[in-house]
Amino acid sequence: MPEEEPRQKSLAMVVMSGDMDKLFGAFIIATGAAAMGMEVTMFFTFWGLRAIKKNVSTGKTLFGRMLGLMYGGDIMKANPSKFSFGGMGRWMFGKMMGNHNVSKLSELRDLAIDLGVNMYGCQMSMDVMEMPQESFIDGVKEPVGVGFFLLKAQDADIQLFI
Amino acid sequence: MSDETKIDLELDLKGLLCPLPMVKVSQNIGNVPVGGVIRAVATDPGAMADIPAWAKSTGNEVLQAAKEGSEFVFLVKRVK
Repeated sequence: MPEEEPRQKSLAMVVMSGDMDKLFGAFIIATGAAAMGMEVTMFFTFWGLRAIKKNVSTGKTLFGRMLGLMYGGDIMKANPSKFSFGGMGRWMFGKMMGNHNVSKLSELRDLAIDLGVNMYGCQMSMDVMEMPQESFIDGVKEPVGVGFFLLKAQDADIQLFI
Repeated sequence: MSDETKIDLELDLKGLLCPLPMVKVSQNIGNVPVGGVIRAVATDPGAMADIPAWAKSTGNEVLQAAKEGSEFVFLVKRVK
């Protein structure tokens, strides 16, 4: 009998948070899993959408534009979940991570794309938050819904919610 | 051991932190032939656990994972 290749392992992850620290966790796990040969799915929803957004303003309606203003910017504008201090915390953690030679969030995300991590925006969140596919970086696949994610998750060896 | 093993590729992973040592080994394993060996030098102690775990997951082999002073020296063999 010919030796059978073991089935490729897979990881399915929901990224709901837009917090800097949680996004670090998400992208470190995703890049690590891809390096270990796993198929990786990242499903970005709600605050998590900023992780795949370009630095462009979004919003069509009044509320949508307000959100785009108050929650604008790209992944590098993500604040830590604790000690945010109106942006001071981001600067401080950025400095500390730089001093310890940790990659920037944007670099980790680009590395994830290079490693073949599959990134999807949640269509419903994109509609609600008025962030169209054009506002996302290259490499993000066409938007999907929860059914698609659940199909990936039920077949995955690891499921995470961040 | 490292004196006898033929090295096909040297990787400098010094200063890199998790997950990059493992990622760099993964990105470079295809650059040596099957049976070939990468010699990688890291300074992140976490790599001592991560690179063997990577090898186990991907079906490759760590011939050596040794602490030499403040550095960690790995010999990684491409199995397939």
